[in-house]
Parts: sequence; structure tokens; C-alpha cells
Amino acid sequence: MPAMTMVQAINNALREEMRRDDRVIVLGEDVGRNGGVFRCTEGLLDEFPDRVFDTPLAEGGIIGTAIGMALYGLRPVPEIQFMDFIYPAFDQIVSEAAKMRYRSGGQFTVPMTIRTPFGGGIRGGHYHSQSSEAYFCHTPGLKVVVPSTPKEAKGLLTASIRDPDPVMFLEPKKLYRSSREEVPEGEVLVPLGEAAVRRPGKDVSLIAYGYMAQVCLEAATKAAAKGVEAEVIDLRTLVPLDEPAVLASVKKTGRAVVVYEAPRTAGFGAEISAILAEKAIEYLRGPIVRVTGFDTPFPYALEDVYLPNSDRVLAAIDKVMAF
Amino acid sequence: MVDALHIIRDDGSADPRLDPGLSEEDAVRLYRGMSLQRILDNRMLALQRQGRIGFYGPSLGQEAAIVGAAMAMEPEDWIVPQYREPGAALVRGMPLKELLCQLIGNAEDPVHGRQMPCHYVYRKGNYLSISSPVGTQIPHAVGIAWAMRLRGEPHAVLVFFGDGATSTADFHAAMNFAGVFRTPTVFLCNNNQWAISVPVAKQTASATLAQKAPAYGFDGVRVDGMDALAVFRATGDAARRAREGHGPTMIEAVTYRLGPHSSSDDPSRYRDESEVALWRARDPIARYRRYLEHAGWWDDGREARLEQEIGDEITRAIQEAERAPPPAVETLFTDVYADMPDHLRDQRDAFLAPRGR
Repeated sequence: MPAMTMVQAINNALREEMRRDDRVIVLGEDVGRNGGVFRCTEGLLDEFPDRVFDTPLAEGGIIGTAIGMALYGLRPVPEIQFMDFIYPAFDQIVSEAAKMRYRSGGQFTVPMTIRTPFGGGIRGGHYHSQSSEAYFCHTPGLKVVVPSTPKEAKGLLTASIRDPDPVMFLEPKKLYRSSREEVPEGEVLVPLGEAAVRRPGKDVSLIAYGYMAQVCLEAATKAAAKGVEAEVIDLRTLVPLDEPAVLASVKKTGRAVVVYEAPRTAGFGAEISAILAEKAIEYLRGPIVRVTGFDTPFPYALEDVYLPNSDRVLAAIDKVMAF
Repeated sequence: MVDALHIIRDDGSADPRLDPGLSEEDAVRLYRGMSLQRILDNRMLALQRQGRIGFYGPSLGQEAAIVGAAMAMEPEDWIVPQYREPGAALVRGMPLKELLCQLIGNAEDPVHGRQMPCHYVYRKGNYLSISSPVGTQIPHAVGIAWAMRLRGEPHAVLVFFGDGATSTADFHAAMNFAGVFRTPTVFLCNNNQWAISVPVAKQTASATLAQKAPAYGFDGVRVDGMDALAVFRATGDAARRAREGHGPTMIEAVTYRLGPHSSSDDPSRYRDESEVALWRARDPIARYRRYLEHAGWWDDGREARLEQEIGDEITRAIQEAERAPPPAVETLFTDVYADMPDHLRDQRDAFLAPRGR
């Protein structure tokens, strides 16, 4: 079993799905000859010369035409080069792809997986770092998926491509090459809508996704040194959310720290906090604490200050433990 | 209008160099389609004023540019509508009653009353679902056509949009993608001179809209949109070229929105009646009738019978549609996803649970 980075695992998932299903089409900026700016689509054009397309530089056109392909029965996997560039396609995603099944009474559907690198940690400044998942989580009709390990990236991407509804597949670029993991050749499936317990613990639940799941694991290691057993829940799918997993953990620990790197206000973690307040308040032994990016544009030089790190998570653990 | 393709001459004869040579049956079918849309519009505007439907967007004046284009397409082709083409949906076989149920938004509307009136959809006729934001459908038409090519299927896509839509980023992206990937798309711009209150001269500084196409690497043709034969001919030619692998074409049908943008609009606020009168004199239905009469296929008797027949059909459809109950509350929650996720199921169950528990 080869050890792969997340980039290689994504490439492997795309290749295997394209071999399995000739309806799978890859399109986007620089995804063909160049193999994508992060190399996620490397080599696909050589193997599938009629199904991989370098498109003109127009995100609205990429998603708009991919919707058309999906309407005609194909399974397009468009790439938006950075999530920061997705806004020209926002209307196509939220007004068209997300609503097509509903507004046609199921007569037309859009089985499409939009892949896009997101999040900070690569010194990308305002426009190569944002986490705008909340906009899409707020749109009924879309599914939102965030992997955090190479093997699960393969399993979740495969499940996304096979899903009958439009999926936003958000790839934490900080994790693209940060580690390797054994990834089996052949079919790997991680069902959408299921969270994972990354580390069990009894004292406090750390709830995160993407790169922040890694940060929470680091924080849990540091907390253990102080005698606090933190449980780390990696959501993996934001929509549909594995609410039972989140509630089960918090009902057990009685404490919750919600971590996301997007700006704090109206971030997806605010929804997690609200669910806990509505459905688990009688189990809570302290306030729900959020550790997040700041309500500022994403910075360049001060990126490390902006991004939540294990020390900030640890401080939140201390706060909720001391309550 | 001098620079636009036209076929029906003032005396009703068809220019023999361009006449598409319709059979009597097809020629009458085209007339019927236009008349149906016209009579339907007037009846629906009246129904809206009576409060029996909430909203309506008529196509008055654009009958030739809509029905003439739709009639030129084959059944396996797709039609991607804007929102002013009920005549095209009817050409594709959408039952009148289903259309009425959509306008009312009742339980027999296949879309369960989820969309405001005039947002028709008819999968069986390859007639795509409509959204209100302008221009968003144009890239879909390119993607569908692209998929046809990828699958090796010799079909084409007709997409309708207006002069206002040519200002959108989606128009630009769609035209550009179509040119680069040579998709079998027929771009039919209904230049009806007005995007609500903004005239086409304020929409673009281009002398014509059709002239935009060559910049994307394919032909743009300008047709007299009040001439159903010209629209039929240009659309049919473009669709044939598309199916044969010669790529996209843009057609600018020069026409006029004789009525309001919608039942909520008062055009007297922004345009002179003298301009409307000028265009009303070019009425596409009257013009096409002259062609039928010139060919010996039409007379007052047939006209009276047709009006009666269409009127009765619409009356029957209204009566049947108005009998249907409102949509079931459960349908609020279905079709968001293929399978209802738990959070939505919880919301539905909580709402539907008996009160007072």
C-alpha cells in the first residue's frame, strides 16, 4: 500500500473514478497540461485526453458549463483554483446548482463535485487563504465536505463524485503535503455525513474540520500533559452534519470548544454552538467556547497570528475546564 | 431593420431565395403556436388582474421570435429558456393544464408551487427549469451542448436570452466557452429593445448584438424577429450546422416587447406610446397571417375557428387547474437533496407533529 500525500490521494481518487465511470469529466484552470497548480490532476490529461479540459479563465463559466454537463447526465468535477476565486461562480452554485432539483421537482439534477483548495497556512494573503465554507453551508441543496487526511480525502472525494447532489469538496491546502498516509489502491469510500472521533477523551470535546482538526490533535496532546483528556471530533462533512456524533461527545464530556479558521461571526462553528446550546445545554458544565480566525480579511505577514493554533485552543480548554 | 434577415414580404409572399418551404401543416402549426401564446398571454394577464394568479410575464410581440425558433428544433435537441417563452414550452409538448398549474402553484404543478409563475419546466420535452437571475442559463446551454459532443450525440441546444442578458458575465463566459470548445449551441437573443426600463442603447454601445459573436470566433446573424419564417430559417440553419459539428451560432432576433415586463410593470413610466405604436404595426402574427393567406392556407373562417378552439382549450385548462388543491405541506421539504438528510427530516417532523405536545 503506497504512502501518499493528500494531493496524491486526490489524484488517485480522480484517476480511479475516471477509469470506473466514463461520465466523470475534469475541467478547470490549468488542470490539464499543467496538472493543476497543486498537481491534484497531474497525469489525468494523458490518460483521459477527451475528458480533461483546460478552460478559459472564468469561474462562472467553469461552474455554469459543468452544471450543463451534469444536467445532461455527466459527472463533472470542476476545479476552482483557489476558493478565494470562487465568487464569480457563486451565483451559479447557489442559484442554479443548489436549487435545480428543488425547482424542477426532481426533473433535473446536478451531480457535480466542485473541488477547491481552501484555508490558510501557505502564506497566500487575502486571496489564497480564505475559508468561505459558511456561505455554502447556508445554502440548502449543497453538500459540503472537508477532508483532513490523505486516505479520507480519497474516500470522501470518491463518495462525493458518486453522490447524486452537488458537493463542495474543500481541500485544506495546509494539509496537501504536510504528511503521508497509507492509501489503498482500489475503492476507498468514506460516506458523507459521518464525523470521526480522532482522539477519545472524557473531559472536553474539541470540534473541528480540515486543518483545524490537526491543530486540535496537537492541543489535545498538550492538554494530556496537564492531565486533561480532550476528545477530538473531526466533522469531515459539514452538510449534512453528523449531529449525533457531536451531541454524543459533548453529552459525555460536558464541555465544548469549537475551532474554525474562518472569521468568527456567523462561521460554521456558530451553528455547532447553537446546536449544542439547543440540544445539550443540560449536559454543559461550562460555556461553549469558540477559537476562530478574527473578523478581519485574511492577512499575509501576520498569518500565524490570525490562524488558530494549539496554544489558543489550549487556552480555550483551560478556560472551559476552569469554569 | 434593413440589415436583418427577413423573408415575409409586405404582400405576404415569401422571398423565394430564402423561403424554408414549410408544408401547409407545419406552416399552420407555427401560426397556431404563435396564436396560442398571444391568446394565452391576454387571458393570463386578465387572470392576474382578477387575483387568480399572482404574477404574469407576457411575451406580446415576441411570438415569432419564440415559437419560430422553438419549431426549428428537433425533439432530441434541448431548449434552455429564459423566462418569457411559454410558447416554446407548448411547442415542446407541455400540456396547457400543467402550465396553468404552474402559474397557480398548486398540488398538480410538478414543481409543487415552489416557483413563482412563469418558471416552467418540462423534462419530457428537454425544456430546462427556469431561474429568475438574468443570463445564468446561457452557460448551462453550453455545458449541455458540450456534453452532447462528448457523448458523440448529434444534437443541438437552443438557448433563449434577452438584450439585457448580453451585459452579464455569464453571457460572456458562455459565448467564450462555446467558441473555444465549439459546442453545438444556438444562442437566440431576443432583442426586444427593453430590459425592464433600460433601452438597448444603454445596455451596450455595440451597433448590434449579433456583432459580438465574431469576437468569440463564430457567426452572429441578425434576423427580423417579427418575421416567423426568418426566425425559423435562421434557427434551423444554425441548429443544423451545430448538429453537423460546425459549432455555435448567435442569432439576434430584432423584436419588441409590446407589453409590460411583467404584470408588476408600467411601461408608460419609461417609454413613449408612439414607439410602441410603430412596433405594433409590425405585429408578427398579422404579418405571418398575410403569408398564410398569400399561400392560400388561411381565411377568416379558419381564423375564427382557431380562436374559438384555443379559447376553449385555455378555458378548460383554467377550470381543471383551479380545481386542484394547494401543494401538500410535506413538499416544502422534499427534492432539496436526493435523500432527505436528518436535519431536514427533523425540521419537517417537528413542524408536522401535532401541536400542543
